[in-house]
This record gives sequence, C-alpha cells and structure tokens, in this order.
Amino acid sequence: MKFKPFSMAIAACLLLWSQFILADKASATPTIEQLWEIIQSQQAEIEALKKEQRETAQQAADADEKAEAAVVAVEEVDAKTAGVASWVDKTTIGGYGELHYNNFEGEDNEIDLHRFVLFFGHEFTDSIRFFSEFEIEHGVAGDDQNGEVEVEQAYVEFDLSESMRAKGGVFLMPVGILNETHEPGTFYGVERNDVESIIIPSTWWEGGAALNGYFANGISWDLAISSGLEMPTTGKNAFRVRSGRQKVSEATANDLSYTGRLKYTGIPGLELAGTVNYQSNATQSNNDGLNEGILYETHAIYNSGPFGLRALYARWNFNGSAVSAAGADDQYGWYIEPSYKPWEKVGLYTRYEKLDGARDQDQFDQWEVGANFWPHPDVVLKVDYRDRNVDSNSSGADDVKAFDLGIGYQF
Amino acid sequence: MLKPLILASVINSSRQRMLTARDDLLAICRILAQPPGLAVLGLLLILPFNALAEGPYQTTEAFLEETFSGTPPSPDVVWLRGEVKETAAEILGHAYPGIRVRYWGVNNRTAWVLEEVGKTQPITVGLVVNDNGIESIRVLAFRESRGWEVRYAFFTDQFPGIKLTDQHKLDRHIDGISGATLSVRALKKLSRLALYLHQQTVQKNDSSQ
Repeated sequence: MKFKPFSMAIAACLLLWSQFILADKASATPTIEQLWEIIQSQQAEIEALKKEQRETAQQAADADEKAEAAVVAVEEVDAKTAGVASWVDKTTIGGYGELHYNNFEGEDNEIDLHRFVLFFGHEFTDSIRFFSEFEIEHGVAGDDQNGEVEVEQAYVEFDLSESMRAKGGVFLMPVGILNETHEPGTFYGVERNDVESIIIPSTWWEGGAALNGYFANGISWDLAISSGLEMPTTGKNAFRVRSGRQKVSEATANDLSYTGRLKYTGIPGLELAGTVNYQSNATQSNNDGLNEGILYETHAIYNSGPFGLRALYARWNFNGSAVSAAGADDQYGWYIEPSYKPWEKVGLYTRYEKLDGARDQDQFDQWEVGANFWPHPDVVLKVDYRDRNVDSNSSGADDVKAFDLGIGYQF
Repeated sequence: MLKPLILASVINSSRQRMLTARDDLLAICRILAQPPGLAVLGLLLILPFNALAEGPYQTTEAFLEETFSGTPPSPDVVWLRGEVKETAAEILGHAYPGIRVRYWGVNNRTAWVLEEVGKTQPITVGLVVNDNGIESIRVLAFRESRGWEVRYAFFTDQFPGIKLTDQHKLDRHIDGISGATLSVRALKKLSRLALYLHQQTVQKNDSSQ
C-alpha cells in the first residue's frame, strides 16, 4: 500500500481540524454548576416577567376601574344636573302651527297664520302630570283684530290604576276625530273638515272633570262633566253651535254638560267610536226658546298599508219653541274621506261632506280633493281644491270654489 | 208592491225605535243632571283617587327576571362613539342621552330598556332581541295623555320577528293607531335602535373570539 504525500497531508489536516473542533466543543459544555446558575438566572427573569405581567394587568384593571368610575361620575353628574333642574327635566315643551293660503273664486284671497300653538307639560310624579295648550289664532290678537289668544287645554291628570285616569281642568272634549288630535300632519286638507267645525265645534274645550278607562282588548271609555254651551238665540248666529262655545272664559255654569264616549281600537289601523254629549241647557238660561240639547257622534277610521278611510256622522237635537220655529232643532253633518299614499311621503285624498247647520251658509254639500307631502314626519305641505254648493243661495250663503295651500309643523 | 210596503214598515219601525232610544237617553241624561245624579257622578270621579297608581307597569328588574327565566345575566354596555353614535342619533332623530347603553345578553339574545318621548312624555320600553330579530316588546311605563293603545298586545304583537334593513329601517310595515301617531313612532324608533345596538353586541362578540 502506497501513500502519496499530498493525500497524507490532507488527511493530517483533517485529523488536526477534527481534533480542534472536538477540543473546542469539550471546553464549551457547561458544568452542572454553570447549568444551575443559568437556571437560576432564567428563573429570576421569569419571576420578573411574571411580576411585570401582574403589574400590567393590575394597571389595566385600575385603568378600567378608573374609566368606569369616570363614566359613572359623568352619568351621576348628568343625574345630579337633572336633579338640580328637575323641573326642566320633567317639563316638556312642544307645539304646532299652520299657515294657510286660500284662493277663492270671486272673492278676496287670503293668507293666514291660522294657528300658532305651544304645549307645556310637567310631570309632578309618575302618576300625576300637567298638560296645557296655548294658542294664538290668526296671527294677531286684540281689540279689532282677527285673532285670539286661547288656552285650549290646562289640566292635571292622575293615573288611578294601570287602566284608569282622571283629569281636572280645561280639556278637549272627547268627541270626533279632529277635536283631540289636530296637529296639521295628522289630517288631510288645508282647512279642517266642516262637519267638525259646524256640527262638532272643534276645537271644543270645556272646564270640568273627566274619567278615562281602557282595557287590553282595545275598548276604552270616557266620562266627563264640564261647562256647557251658551248658544245665542237671536242675531245672525242664532242657534249656531259654534257660537255657543264659552271657551272657559268666565263661563256661565248654571247648566252643565255631560259627555260619554266609547271607543274601540283593538285592531291596529282601526278606530270605531261613538260619543253622546248632553247639554242640560244649551243657552244657560230659561225661557229663551232653547232648552236642552243632545249630540250623537260616531266615526270610523281604517288604515291598512297605503289605504285609508275616515267617515264621521254627527247630529244635534235641541228642544225649545224658538229653535224648533227656526228649523234649527235638528242639525247634522257627515263626511267620508278615502285616501291613498302612493309613496311614504305623499298622500292623496278626496272628501265628500254633507251639512245641515243652523245658518244658510252652513247648509251645503262639498267635494274636496287634495294631497299632503311630508318632507319630514313632523312637517307637512298641503294642497287642495274645494267645491261647495249651498242648499239655498242667499246673502252670505254663496257657493264656494277655492284652491288652498298650506304648510304645517309640529315638534 | 208588497216589498216597498214592507221596507217602509221596517224603516218606520226602525225610526220609531231610534226615537224611543233617543228619548230614553234624554231621560237618563236628565236624571244624571239632577243633584242626586251629579252626586253619583261626583263620587265616581272622587272615589278612585283613594287608589292613586304609582310607578311603572313593570319594573326593569321584573322585566329582566321574566326575560331570562329568573336569572338575568350581568349587564354589559354598548359605547356610543363614532359611527354607532351617529347611527343611533339618526334612528332617534336626536342624540341618545348618554354615552353608553346598558343591555343584558346571553347567547345572541339581548334585552334592552330604552326610553323615547312620544308627544311630550317619555315612554319606557323593554325590548328583547334574538338572532337579530325582535322577540318581544313591552311598554314598562307610559306617561302620555293619549296613545295608551301601544301598551297592549293588539299593537305590540306586530313586532316579533321584525328585523332591520341595511338602511336601519324595520323590514315590515307596522299598522298605526289613530290618535297615537307619536307613541307608535316612538316604539318603532326604539325597536330600530335595539336591533341596531344588538348588531353591535354581535360584532363585539365576534371580534373578541
């Protein structure tokens, strides 16, 4: 066997190099003591990290607690602020108003701030509250002005149970569709319908006391004892119901008024109601040819999807020689109003009314068509056209053709 | 010839009955308008005052007990900030009066007690949302003078199963109550708000998992 010098040299180098590596590795292997030190050191590091983690968690918890405390403090400040000014918190303000433009055929046109109304309410406790409605009609009130300042509602209401309430003060009579709910966005037509103006003298309010109860099946009832009408028996407004409103302004209260209503709203979209109002003496005085009066009213409302229907019938019967002689002992009116909302913000309607009131101009039939546009649920723009045919034309009792525009709001 | 006669007789008879009923009603009214009748009516008005009602129809605690079968979970909150705050304000039509909304929830089912003014007074409502749909809605306190109908099942039964659209509207029409428009609107707003806030709790749970 022959070894070449070059090969031998390489082998020697490899051997030396491997020995060197092995020697180096042997010198890097830690001893048990060294290993123990390393473990101790690592343990210390772990402990330090754990401590740091605990501190961080504690800090986070502290931060959460502080944040919670801050939020609670903010909420408590809110509550305290409300407490300090509790009457502000428990007092509410609202209102509504409407501006009308009436373009009459053959007569002067008119623009009128028909109503400007503010509500003020206050909650004394969860079961005792106050509500009021303050109204300026026709823009300006005062001597020789067209308008009036009126307090149409100012009553205190008590919850007697979960399904019975009582109220005392000035309140709206529980009759008809519009008398209690007449914010402009809730009905069609620039002007309110005529039946609920001539037969039911809306807005009709009286002073007195009332009870209201309701049941889970949707039936409710109302009873009220209140001031009564004081209707004129002479002059151009003789026996006109609307002229009999005393508006609780030093109202004569020799003979009171009694009202009962039964209402059913047990099916969403449907309302059926009937009211009887008894005037023990519709003039508040004897021997003037007009004694007692009784009002019967019934109505139905049905809304289903885009379709709506309102219908109302009201009739007065009065006793007395003068009222009978004038042919005003039986006054009635009715209307029917179908409507359709092709879009959420637009509603179209038509209304037919038939009236037989005390005065010549209150005896007519009328067609009306129009539309409401609600750019916001609380704002409404209205347009309509009326065509009224009086039963017998006479002075002051003319046919009416009018185009109306209106804008209304509530808040 | 016979038929018109019968019809005329029926009309006449009905008219007579109506006149009799009217006279009876007048007689009752006359009696009630006399001092003894007035006294009875007065008593009817005064007596119930002895039992003046107090507080809400159902407390928040009772609502939660009922909703969670006697063991309501601990409350959690949804913070109103950024987009959530803006959307809540958009739904209500005004800013929510607070910086967070408390709720109670278990397994994608949440309960909320929220308030909104109808016409002039706040209505307190308890809502349960399950799997992004209204499970139940209950009026806990109603302080308005009108619109009491929204308290009852014949109205609230329209809500179960209703969900929120992408535009944060209810996905089904709710038939209103005549004369209670604002109370109905308040309940619809609160339903939308509860459904929207429920979505935020689901997103929060998803992101924390």
